[in-house]
Amino acid sequence: MTSASRRLWRTSPLTYMALVLAALLSIYPFYYMIVIGTRTLDSINDVPPPLTPGGAFGDNFGRVLDNDAANFLTGLMNSVIVSSVVTLSVVLTGSLAGFAFAKLRFRGRNILLLMIVITMMIPTQLGIIPLWGMMQELNWFGTLYAVTVPFLVSAFGVFMMRQYASQAISDELIEAGRVDGASTFRIYWNIVLPALRPAAAVLGLLTFMETWNSFLWPYAILTPENPTLQVSLSFLSYAYYTDYSQVFAATAVGTLPLVLVFILFGRQIIGGIMEGAVKS
Amino acid sequence: MSLSATTAPPSNVTPPGSEPPRRRGFLLNRLDLKYSPYLYIAPFFLIFGIFGLYPMLRTAWMSLHDWDMIGDQTFIGLDNYAALIKDDYFWNALYNTFGIFALSTIPQLLLALFLANLLNSTLLRAKTFFRLAIFIPNVVSVAAVAIVFGMLFQREFGLINWVLSFVGVDNIDWDGQRWSSWTAIATMVNWRWVGYNTLILLAGMQAIPKDLYEAASIDGAGPWRQFWQITVPMVRPTLIFVIILSTIGGMQLFTEPLLFANGSILGGNQREFQTLAMYMYEKGIENLNTAGYGAAVAWAIFLIIALMSLLNFLLVRRSAK
Repeated sequence: MTSASRRLWRTSPLTYMALVLAALLSIYPFYYMIVIGTRTLDSINDVPPPLTPGGAFGDNFGRVLDNDAANFLTGLMNSVIVSSVVTLSVVLTGSLAGFAFAKLRFRGRNILLLMIVITMMIPTQLGIIPLWGMMQELNWFGTLYAVTVPFLVSAFGVFMMRQYASQAISDELIEAGRVDGASTFRIYWNIVLPALRPAAAVLGLLTFMETWNSFLWPYAILTPENPTLQVSLSFLSYAYYTDYSQVFAATAVGTLPLVLVFILFGRQIIGGIMEGAVKS
Repeated sequence: MSLSATTAPPSNVTPPGSEPPRRRGFLLNRLDLKYSPYLYIAPFFLIFGIFGLYPMLRTAWMSLHDWDMIGDQTFIGLDNYAALIKDDYFWNALYNTFGIFALSTIPQLLLALFLANLLNSTLLRAKTFFRLAIFIPNVVSVAAVAIVFGMLFQREFGLINWVLSFVGVDNIDWDGQRWSSWTAIATMVNWRWVGYNTLILLAGMQAIPKDLYEAASIDGAGPWRQFWQITVPMVRPTLIFVIILSTIGGMQLFTEPLLFANGSILGGNQREFQTLAMYMYEKGIENLNTAGYGAAVAWAIFLIIALMSLLNFLLVRRSAK
């Protein structure tokens, strides 16, 4: 045995036990969601509580679909629309501004960038009450505009793209583009945007997750008739909090898309979060 | 914007920096270089200005008024803030917010430090799996988390009371008392954020030079001493970052207690777990005629966050010297 593997054996059992326990505790509530969501209502009140999935998912989810208190399908579709539009816009506007801040010279650049960094520290809650009034004036109350338009840009997105662009794109590359007669926009579109792809992917994933999961503002401004998924879940759970199998079938379905995204892109998401932490 | 590309043939374009001679397309080119950056940053500043900055300033303005969302607005100066100081419900919400914050942040950070240290071990197998597994709670929406944990903490048939019954604890009415509701809500927050903090701290730990540990082991320092005397001090900047993030999140806590109370903005019958953010919502959005007062609560939350961040910063600077 080499000394390295000996050390592995010496330190491993407790370390692995702790990590496995942490992993189990992290995953268990998902499993529990599936257990309850696939059980009949009667079996949920059993003591001891059920620990394995049952076969009643179709029935439970059927009740979710029939339920007009929550408009679950509308919520699901709205969440897909809002999250996609916001993600696309945050990535595009973030990469445009990030490119300008990283690679172009213009008057006031440093002060404007500083402003963006400062705004990152201001909690969005600070503006929520007047924003609510503004939405009434715009006649956007209860519409998807209210949960989309204010979030089309993100200070974090601009900052992240700027950091990545200043490292990943050399000035020579942009100069070469200029020598070839490309306008600044063409340089952005044909040279910068492709080079920003890794950062854009991470930003896109983080933005999608955040938008999909946002709650306070959609809850304040949307109605049960036209909710996003999270709002729909909350109304479902208020109205049917005794019908746990129905509510859990809905939370399971509503969580599934993100878990799928996470299984596909988990490494990139984690890499992006860890990298962002070191830089800041 | 792309016009200059078509009007200027490649051979005619001057490299940036050098004084360009007069040529076709030169003017467009110069306009492009000088002004197009503003076009690229304009979308951010436009939308942020209207929907971010303006409402924020308006909150300050509103807080100086007796502001009714549908009716009158009378300027009353700092009266809202004076009322806030005498408002028992405000202090109650502040007390609850800090209580839940303490119960969530302290165990959360200790656990994250511990897990990050385990994951930082160079010989660990299945690293990626553990990282993914620990982070996955952060992917689930707060609403789903609050609903699921709401059932786990249910009084009659909840799993947690069932488990506790084995160690002789009687059924706890989790949303009936202050300490129990705080514990339940803090558990949801902890479950969701431990993994995230672990990853951030892990990133900080991986930047620590490995030879520090080698030197320490040669000097006979065990893992425990290495952790407290090398890892923790070296990871301090990251730790501060994580603490400030948790503070901002903790002071804005809203969804978990709201859903735990089944949608009641009061947070329990006796407001046992109404947080500052819930109180702001109660005054500013649920009751339109007290919007000015709600705005004052919003600014109070912001001031508390700023004060705590500053305090953190000063403490760190002091201990670093």
